[in-house]
Amino acid sequence: MTLVLNILVDGVAYGMVLFVMAVGLSITLGLMKFINLSHGAFAMAGGYAVSVLAGTHGWNFWVALVVAVIATGAFGALLETLVLRHLYRRPELQQVLFTIGLTFFLVATANAIFGPQVRNIPLPSILSGSLDLGFRTLPTQRAFVLLAGLAAAGLLTWTVARTRFGIWIRASVDHADAASGLGIPIRLVQCLSFGAGAALAGLGGVLGAELMPLEPYYPLKYLVLMLVVVAVGGMGSIPGSLCAALVLGIVDTASKYLVSEWGSLLFFVAMGLLLAWRPRGILNR
Amino acid sequence: MTTHTEASTAVAGGTPRATAMPPPWRLPLLTIAAALLAAFMWPDQLGLISRVASTALLVLSLDLLVGYAGIATLGQSALFGAGAYGAGLFAQHVSGDPLIGLVVAAVAGAALAAASGAFLLRFEGFTLLMLTIALAQILLSLASTFRGITGGDDGLSDFTIRPILGLWEFDLEGRVGAIYAVAVLAVGLYLARRVANSPFGLSIRGIHESRARMAALGTPVRKRLIAIYAMSGALAGVSGAVTAQINGIVGLDSLGFALSAESLVMLVLGGAGNLSGAVVGASVFTLLHHTAASIDPYHWLFVIGVALMAVVLFPPAALAQQIWARLRAQRKASS
Repeated sequence: MTLVLNILVDGVAYGMVLFVMAVGLSITLGLMKFINLSHGAFAMAGGYAVSVLAGTHGWNFWVALVVAVIATGAFGALLETLVLRHLYRRPELQQVLFTIGLTFFLVATANAIFGPQVRNIPLPSILSGSLDLGFRTLPTQRAFVLLAGLAAAGLLTWTVARTRFGIWIRASVDHADAASGLGIPIRLVQCLSFGAGAALAGLGGVLGAELMPLEPYYPLKYLVLMLVVVAVGGMGSIPGSLCAALVLGIVDTASKYLVSEWGSLLFFVAMGLLLAWRPRGILNR
Repeated sequence: MTTHTEASTAVAGGTPRATAMPPPWRLPLLTIAAALLAAFMWPDQLGLISRVASTALLVLSLDLLVGYAGIATLGQSALFGAGAYGAGLFAQHVSGDPLIGLVVAAVAGAALAAASGAFLLRFEGFTLLMLTIALAQILLSLASTFRGITGGDDGLSDFTIRPILGLWEFDLEGRVGAIYAVAVLAVGLYLARRVANSPFGLSIRGIHESRARMAALGTPVRKRLIAIYAMSGALAGVSGAVTAQINGIVGLDSLGFALSAESLVMLVLGGAGNLSGAVVGASVFTLLHHTAASIDPYHWLFVIGVALMAVVLFPPAALAQQIWARLRAQRKASS
């Protein structure tokens, strides 16, 4: 029983990190039909920014976190405006190649600036303690991850379902040309959602730094993981991504607890089965 | 604008222009000639030549899928690895004869491709791409779990390869290895061209252009796709076998994601959908890698990253076309 609860708690926390990191990629795919394999670089950028601001310069962790997330979002929006938007109408293969090239470039750049060793993110005292849940102690960092993930999911769902901007996003996902014809500022929608996705990935990079250590190869190492979440969740679907991330996070954590010698076998088998069952997304029939 | 889109589809593995068909012996002969030239110019780099040749064979197998059939895959390493492990295990347990090993590897690659293709080819686009990644990752996890058979992280290395046809032994210098790899590549190029030029190959191109139309014409689309996938699997398996036999070791990286991604990059660098691009792309990529990575692996990432972005933004085929057009215009102006 304790084992099941342990798996659930750790799996859900892991799933939350996966969700926050991957949801931006899902939005970009659904909204712009753009396959952005360099999405992991935003997670890395967020992680490095906090590590430099809070670690090297001794800023307050929370200030550093907010600044890093906003800076990552701005970086993403800038990249989108300057380069990536010109690739939206190109064939998929070209998008894949360009963004993988960009990833290689950013990996080399990260190495040139920060060096090849693993950087750690200094946590404030409130996040390095632990909570007593009765059956086990939960590190407060894990609890923070859970809360932040829930908050991000809630905020996103609320934005998409309730706000004017959400209506614009949904209209653009359904039919970009028609939406643009109706006077929706489609460029603004694209740029802002790309930036928001990048900002969330940056947050995910900070949240997940304990599980996915920060190093130059980060964007390549966790790329497949993010793609899996997006594919299983269905492109452009926020609840789908959340559901997929939680299921896959729990499966992966369970396989690490129970059959660790099998590596990531169960994770990919689960992904294959889910995709074969619902090719258009876990919540789409 | 039209010239731009035409050129960009040619680069992106879009529709191959089905005009004149080159004779099947031309590309193999050119490749052998280039390999001989390289061997005479750099006699101490025979190992590099055999690596280029075996990589070119892998990229060639990918070209049949991506360039001709229009099947996007990031799991070609699964087929390569099946051949490599198949050849290695065959040499370890049954016989060290390299040529029989090639056949075994081809069968292993084709069988895996046909079996997985029956499932994978129901899907298209992004889903297919992800499922091919999943297949390769599942095989990778299996290979690292069953370390008793595959050697796990240490690699499979305790097998010996007998001399080819009982005559030529693989030497330390790599001379026999290089000749062997280039010869297998030449045969592979010949067969691939024969397949591409055959009525079967034309129907594959037709499926690439419009599945619905080919189905309406009575072509069994799914069966044809599985067939070309199996052929590609056989070639990829042979490529894995050549690599295993020459190096004497099969590592887990032969099933890795990096290999699949790199071979796709090579294909696009060389140009998809005309077979010769596979040889050009593999040569350029492997030589660049050899030169840049000898300085620093991160240096290499920087070079290949910039090269990839440049290839997409300024496609070589489009550039060549523009330069050609400008030259022609100048000649016309001067005459």
